[in-house]
Amino acid sequence: MRNQNYNVPSGISSQFSVNLSLEIFKKMCLVRYFELGLIDAIKEKQVNYQAYLSTGQEAIAAALATEIRDYLVFTQHRAHDVYLTFGGNPKMLRDEFLGLPTGTSQGKAGSNCLQFHQNGLVMFGHHGFIGENVPQAVGAALATKKKTVCFFGDGAAEEDYVFSAMGFAATHKLPVYFVCIDNDLSILTPTKVRRSWKITDIAKAFGMPAIDIADDPWTILHQTQELNNNLPALINCYVCRAHWHVGVGVDDPPEWDRYQLVKNELISLGHEHSISDIEKQVRQSMETLWDKKLLLKPLKQ
Amino acid sequence: MGQETVAETIKAITRKHLEENNSLLLGQCISAVGWVNGTVPDCQGIIELPMTDIAGAGIAVGAAMMGIRPIFVVRFQDFMTLNGSPFINYAAKSKELHGRSTPVFIRALASEGIGPVHSGVLHSMFMHFPGFLVCSPMTPKEYKNVWQVFMEKDDPVFVSEHRLSFQSTEELLDVMHEHADITLYAISASRFQLAEVANELGKEGITCNIVHIVWLKPFDILDRYLEPLTRSKRGLIIDASFEICGAARSIAYELEQASGYPVKALGLQDNTKCLCPPFQNKFPDAKKICESVRKILST
Ligand SMILES: Cc1ncc(C[n+]2csc(CCOP(=O)(O)OP(=O)(O)O)c2C)c(N)n1
Ligand SMILES: [Mg+2]
Repeated sequence: MRNQNYNVPSGISSQFSVNLSLEIFKKMCLVRYFELGLIDAIKEKQVNYQAYLSTGQEAIAAALATEIRDYLVFTQHRAHDVYLTFGGNPKMLRDEFLGLPTGTSQGKAGSNCLQFHQNGLVMFGHHGFIGENVPQAVGAALATKKKTVCFFGDGAAEEDYVFSAMGFAATHKLPVYFVCIDNDLSILTPTKVRRSWKITDIAKAFGMPAIDIADDPWTILHQTQELNNNLPALINCYVCRAHWHVGVGVDDPPEWDRYQLVKNELISLGHEHSISDIEKQVRQSMETLWDKKLLLKPLKQ
Repeated sequence: MGQETVAETIKAITRKHLEENNSLLLGQCISAVGWVNGTVPDCQGIIELPMTDIAGAGIAVGAAMMGIRPIFVVRFQDFMTLNGSPFINYAAKSKELHGRSTPVFIRALASEGIGPVHSGVLHSMFMHFPGFLVCSPMTPKEYKNVWQVFMEKDDPVFVSEHRLSFQSTEELLDVMHEHADITLYAISASRFQLAEVANELGKEGITCNIVHIVWLKPFDILDRYLEPLTRSKRGLIIDASFEICGAARSIAYELEQASGYPVKALGLQDNTKCLCPPFQNKFPDAKKICESVRKILST
């Protein structure tokens, strides 16, 4: 049932403007090339802190960032995708990894406790308790009545306090958009070993709209536009994590690579030149960001 | 002495905060059965949490992250072993990690003599973690001061309340003697026992200085604490929470180091607070404190 086309309507990409599709692709590029630079820096031991990589799951945040950028944002440990696509400063994330005072939290928190409060973005990260950001997002929506998006994983979905917080949001009709990034893994344990139920069924039982979909960005965008004014709501997005839970290692190749699928789709729509320009531009800026010579300078400070 | 009880003081402060600052008070079963011993007003901003202890505290933390300075009420401190994690792991760390504070006023109520899960006093546990202010006000004026500190600072404050104080209108004052045999420092409900202790021991010719402690963390070594100790040359810290790794021992150590004089600690024994006597493991009452003082002075 979990597959790359799950609940993806055929021809959905052509319902969106070229500019929007390219913008989404550009955001996906940003995550992928930022992390390629990071992976390199980790392998070369210029970065010595743990990294929870988003590569493979970029499409969800990239799509959402074009639609709900003004929401209060709550994330968990694997949050480079949200950070970079919603407008977090790449250099500050790099510096957080280097333990520099110019990092997002002055190097004190690390990438898994990522926060950003500039450029109109209000992004809170968790502090390492899986799912703790879910009640916090609900509390923020309760206090401010502002639209709030909360990202969490299929593992986090099992935390008792995550359910209860979703139930509270339903009771108080709080404008929270719950986005479950379902890579079918909690560390390395597959979902089927852990539970027999679906988080979408739980959400529906609480009386909120909920849907399982693959991480196709156009489908996510389409669903989000439907759910936007019907919050609280939940989407559970099937994705494939490319790397280990933590660190730069890889196991078997992922079931699908959404980045490549999105590229193929854009090529079939006739945008080959545009996407290769975008890729080139993003790659260059990320190569500059992670330039070894430049890295040595801040490290020496 | 004022006319307002501690309970009325809490209620008035809360009403003002909720109405004037549009803040929230969150807790379970707060708007029924006496509105938490008459400390919760019937006004806007009261959020009845469902029986979701960890999520409930997390929701309060989320509200605090938005800067509205919410009040979280836990009717029995024992439940803080469940409610505690969002405060400990998020609220208390956020200022140091991100320079972004999470001020929340945690009202944790203690009781005495109602069995193993309703009689706990857990402030020592919260002293242990960086990032909290911890206090135990027992009088109307102290409560007002604590509230003022909360509003002026931006830290989460753990307020260890005790139901035995709620009907009191009394201000508890330090008592100093030129030539005292010992200085007694008390925390929480044991403070109400000190007048009787001084009276009893006085009959035996033992003179006690009496010092009241409200702020447990940060614990500033005030002149008010040190000065009587340098004259009596012995001290005893008395607390209603467990003695091992507890507030009394921690503060005894601080004062002993600062003064160079021996300071002992008296808290709860290392036993569960059971329902019936003699197994209740109650907070140190006058009898227990007197015994402890006699023992110290006889060695
Ligand atoms: C409360 C808590 N329990 C356990 C862990 C250990 N842990 C860290 S990440 C993780 C898996 C989380 O899975 P998921 O939410 O699906 O996110 P993913 O890593 O797959 O992106 C676990 C169990 C933790 N950090 N916090
Ligand atoms: Mg997962």
